[in-house]
Amino acid sequence: MSIRNVDQSGLLMVNSKLDPNSNKNDLLALYRYMLLIRRFEEKSAEMYALAKIAGFLHLYIGQEAVAVGCIHAIRPDDYVIASYRDHGHCLAKGSDPKKVMAELFGKATGLCKGKGGSMHLIDVERHFMGGYAIVGGHLPLAVGLAFASRYRKEDRVVLCFFGDGAVPSGHTHEAFNLAALWKLPVIFICENNRYGMGTPVEREMLLYKDIAERARAHGIESEQVDGMDVLAVKELTARVVKKMRKDPQPFFIEASTYRFMGHSMSDPAHGHYRTKEEVGEARKQDPLIFLKTRILQDGLANEADFKQMDKEVIQTVTESVKFADESPFPDPGALHEDVLVE
Amino acid sequence: MLISYREALNQAMREEMQRDSRVFLIGEEVGYYQGAFKVSKGFVEEFGVERVLDTPITEAGFTGLAVGAAMAGLRPIVELMTFNFGILALDQIVNNAAKVRYMSGGQLSAPMVIRGPGSAAHQLAAQHSQSLEAWFCHVPGLKVIAPATPSDAKGLLKSAIRDENPVIFIEAQLLYGTKGEVPDHDYSLPIGKAAVTRTGSDVTIVAYSKMALLALEAAEALSKEGINAEVIDLRTLKPLDTDTLLESVKKTGRVVIVEEGWEFCGLGAQIAETIYSKGFDLLDGPIVRVAGEEVPMPYTRPLEDLAIPDAARVISAVKKNL
Repeated sequence: MSIRNVDQSGLLMVNSKLDPNSNKNDLLALYRYMLLIRRFEEKSAEMYALAKIAGFLHLYIGQEAVAVGCIHAIRPDDYVIASYRDHGHCLAKGSDPKKVMAELFGKATGLCKGKGGSMHLIDVERHFMGGYAIVGGHLPLAVGLAFASRYRKEDRVVLCFFGDGAVPSGHTHEAFNLAALWKLPVIFICENNRYGMGTPVEREMLLYKDIAERARAHGIESEQVDGMDVLAVKELTARVVKKMRKDPQPFFIEASTYRFMGHSMSDPAHGHYRTKEEVGEARKQDPLIFLKTRILQDGLANEADFKQMDKEVIQTVTESVKFADESPFPDPGALHEDVLVE
Repeated sequence: MLISYREALNQAMREEMQRDSRVFLIGEEVGYYQGAFKVSKGFVEEFGVERVLDTPITEAGFTGLAVGAAMAGLRPIVELMTFNFGILALDQIVNNAAKVRYMSGGQLSAPMVIRGPGSAAHQLAAQHSQSLEAWFCHVPGLKVIAPATPSDAKGLLKSAIRDENPVIFIEAQLLYGTKGEVPDHDYSLPIGKAAVTRTGSDVTIVAYSKMALLALEAAEALSKEGINAEVIDLRTLKPLDTDTLLESVKKTGRVVIVEEGWEFCGLGAQIAETIYSKGFDLLDGPIVRVAGEEVPMPYTRPLEDLAIPDAARVISAVKKNL
């Protein structure tokens, strides 16, 4: 079940040289975003343990390369929409970590004034159209966003993230069908982390080895990508987006990835549905280590640079917690606000 | 001008699509077929297939698409071939359209109209004859409208299209062919305002949609027996026009509520509760409810007739109340 081969010493096999056209700053930016998501979520888990954060908290740790790789291949005005495991996508789209943390704390200063929480981060200013908590239910919304782009004759594209668990859903297939039929510019990104909650992918669907086949059945072109390799993810997305802006067509990406944490904080470790050994093996495929190794190999940065970066990111996260903690809860009057546009 | 309910809806949508390029119509058979009930007659010719979109038979998919488009700034009108099929789109309506504004702390909203025929026609049996308006009224974040006449249908549909919120607009299937006077000029009617369609002093009959016409019929018959009923056509079910209800009860002291939907947890329960809690002292006796029978709609005509309220039942309810 391993995603990628690991050599005998347990280190990642990093064979490919970096693209010579890659800009050093771009690579470091990709790493920094992945690191921000990682540190932010590690801190969220701590805050959950301290009961500063409640409700459902679905961590993205292990999957960072997918959100960061895809979102760094689009323009700021392109739409992104995600499922309930949405912290990574929101941060990758550029949302202020302070406001995101405040939202998790349920504070009035949060992205959604504390009314959305972990599963419903929404940042319209950054065209992050939200996290949605009904499995598969946001795929038709993504198609609608793409429809609006075409209706207004814009060249905006939509990235729609979901897990393997959403693939068998009816919403998903209705969305695929409409997007294909009407040639709408949406990239469906299936983050195959191999578990729909606690159910392994082979118990979710018969055709699980090539999930993209589902999209191809609707006439949607697709590719599989190593979802632990942020550069491969970015390269593929950039290639697809470039074509899509001129010639709108939906596309399906299956990114093989793995979540290192449980489905939610209710099964924070490996859970009873997978072994410690399996999680341990997967952790050797860490997308952060993968990119770091590449950067080090090519001499674009050294250990001291990474240490410095980590220090800065931890500082950012610490400040976000301070901001969230010191922010007020919403006033009681906010209860009835924002139900309807008056 | 004397036109049908169907033509009134057609005019409302046409005028709004002419006025606002963000408005588009989407649904099964709305384009080339001109709507299963011919409400969108002539639309493809006038607005083209980019704005009049025939969909596959996938209510969740195309309703969800419309919600996404509304979130991105367009103004979709979703035609459900019947509200019975709206059940398939319920997740999109309830979880996304109705909630996105609240969940986003006011950043987003889904300004759209979801419209189509509801309630029973003749012998369509259990899966095509349901009055589900109470389901939608139950959900915060939705407005619900159910007009009874062509002029109300036109004026309220125009307001619904212009509204910044998701609006459920239920047309009674049997009303499409009914005719009424509709003003020639551009007009809209306020959402949330009931109409007193007949004034009276002995009893208030509260109804909406097809049942509002039935209530009038019953009131006319009662007048021949010297009973003077006031009839309120709610027109908008949510928000409910409590003021008009209480004004009437102040005058009559007695209330009969008529709905085609099932009685248990039906809209009538809500209306009665509203009157009891806000106007108990105005009442001279208990409120009486007339509602659809607690059964899936039977196909056979004699049983179907028994399942749906008729004038005789309204009349006897009024007499029981007096």
